[in-house]
Amino acid sequence: MSFTTAPTRGTASRLARLLPVPAGAGLGRMLVERNATSFRHGWIALVTGFAEPVFYLFSLGVGIGALVRTVTTDSGAVVTYPVFVAPALLAASAMNGAVMDSTFNVFFKLKYAKLYDSVLATPMGPRDIAVGEISWALIRGGVYSALFLVVALLAGAVQSWWALLALPAAVFIGFAFAAVGMFATTFMRSWVDFDYVTLAIQPMFLFSATFFPLSTYPTALQWVVQATPLYHGVALERALMLGEVGVGVLGHVVYLLALGVVGLVGAARRLERLLLS
Amino acid sequence: MSDGETTLVRARGLTKTFGGFTAVDGVDFAVTRGECFGFLGPNGAGKSSTMRMVGCVSPVTGGELRLFGLDPATDGPAIRARLGVVPQRDTLDEELTVEENLWIYGRYFGLSRREVRERAGELLDFAQLTERAGDKVEPLSGGMKRRLTIARSLINGPEILLLDEPTTGLDPQARHILWDRLFRLKRSGVTLVLTTHYMDEAEQLCDRLVVMDHGRIVAEGSPQQLIKEYSSREVLELRFDTDEHGEWAPELVGVGERVEVLPDRLLVYADDGDAAASEVHRRGVEPLSSLVRRSTLEDVFLHLTGRSLVD
Ligand SMILES: Nc1ncnc2c1ncn2[C@@H]1O[C@H](COP(=O)(O)OP(=O)(O)OP(=O)(O)O)[C@@H](O)[C@H]1O
Ligand SMILES: [Mg+2]
Repeated sequence: MSFTTAPTRGTASRLARLLPVPAGAGLGRMLVERNATSFRHGWIALVTGFAEPVFYLFSLGVGIGALVRTVTTDSGAVVTYPVFVAPALLAASAMNGAVMDSTFNVFFKLKYAKLYDSVLATPMGPRDIAVGEISWALIRGGVYSALFLVVALLAGAVQSWWALLALPAAVFIGFAFAAVGMFATTFMRSWVDFDYVTLAIQPMFLFSATFFPLSTYPTALQWVVQATPLYHGVALERALMLGEVGVGVLGHVVYLLALGVVGLVGAARRLERLLLS
Repeated sequence: MSDGETTLVRARGLTKTFGGFTAVDGVDFAVTRGECFGFLGPNGAGKSSTMRMVGCVSPVTGGELRLFGLDPATDGPAIRARLGVVPQRDTLDEELTVEENLWIYGRYFGLSRREVRERAGELLDFAQLTERAGDKVEPLSGGMKRRLTIARSLINGPEILLLDEPTTGLDPQARHILWDRLFRLKRSGVTLVLTTHYMDEAEQLCDRLVVMDHGRIVAEGSPQQLIKEYSSREVLELRFDTDEHGEWAPELVGVGERVEVLPDRLLVYADDGDAAASEVHRRGVEPLSSLVRRSTLEDVFLHLTGRSLVD
């Protein structure tokens, strides 16, 4: 048995050196387990992560909804304001949760807790760390999104059976942002650099056709908005929750997938450079 | 018997550079199964850089390194699965409790939950931390944290334990407890590789050691061999009422084999310290104090490099 496996393993490791994929032992789930164990001591974070989008839904849905009775979406449908804004809040909270986990929390573990130094002394590799942390961000984000969807359903802001796919879509949006967030974190030198994160997140939150349709922007600005990742997340969720599923959805998926893969590979390679020096 | 069975670690011309700076400069050493092998050297000698390469977390810049006959560049995970690592600075998981630290670390090795729980119980006993099992890590004393780090490094039943300055920063009592634990490990067959800049630690623990300075190995042997080769059996320490002890050195020529001048004392190397002290007295030289002691690795280091180990 060992005679046949030895050459294959040699080939595999030679292949691994040629491909730009950082080393891992397929143990990323162990980091998820570690985070879940640590999270049990600080479950209060779950409450805040869930509360934020729900507060937005009620303050905007009830408040602005009283001023703006209906909205004409970019696909031409006329819907009430809560129905219009709920998918965007779902996408935005998926982004926020993923970015918080993959920037602040990962930075702390990387620079202060030195968690990954001890992880890398075991068979685990940088790829396992990237996969583990991003998976964890997705699991947490998925729980928040599911709770939000239930609240949105009860509030009458869900219109189509396609909304069942809104949850996996939110996890997918989380993946893209968590991967890019973690990649960005590997370049950060101190907490001061986190101002850049806020600088990127806040305008996206406000202007990604979140609170009003794309058509309200001048054409030139529409192009800018369409270039940003959250726009694709919002458009994806809105298509699903309003039941307006077309070919365009595929474009959003491809955009987010590309972002996620680049972020994941980039994060793992940077971790390798930083920690295995 | 193949080389990989008795020689667990072999380095030839092992080199590590950071940018243009050479931290480890072509070192050769071999560690045999069951022994305690030490790197003794001052700050910046390149001990940690060497240990990190041996631990397969720092790529080799030059030369050759083999553990269990395997190359870290291609078989890092397989090698690390058989190592235990105690880094210079504790990297315990402060968000977890004492026992969770052991469980989760075991999981990083892919061990089952049942296995890690079983092992963790034994290791907590070994580290004398059973009573603190459910406590957070943060409030533990320095000695307890160090013992927990060692317990954690043993969760996978390693064949080699790498200890980078295991007792630096601990009080004498905590150090002795730790040494006792390390002796037990060695008796149970674990191969120990440690770094230290304490000569007493090296003398206590190491069967064989290398003296490192500026990235190079300057001497190698057992503590006794090194002392025999590079120092005399005894040392006469003399303090004078002066700011410049060097002034007294000419008066002592020929008293022993050699005289070393330190800022606060003179060391006269002689096989018979008492005889040397009488000779000093006979010459009419009157020190403030005079003390005869046996030679240590500190003297070896002083002789080899002209500097003290701990500055
Ligand atoms: N990642 C790094 N980048 C640049 N220089 C480094 C790096 N790591 C170590 N060095 C340098 O290499 C030299 C050897 O460092 P090393 O940590 O191996 O010494 P050491 O013998 O462990 O010392 P100490 O007793 O202080 O722990 C030092 O001059 C150090 O500044
Ligand atoms: Mg060191």
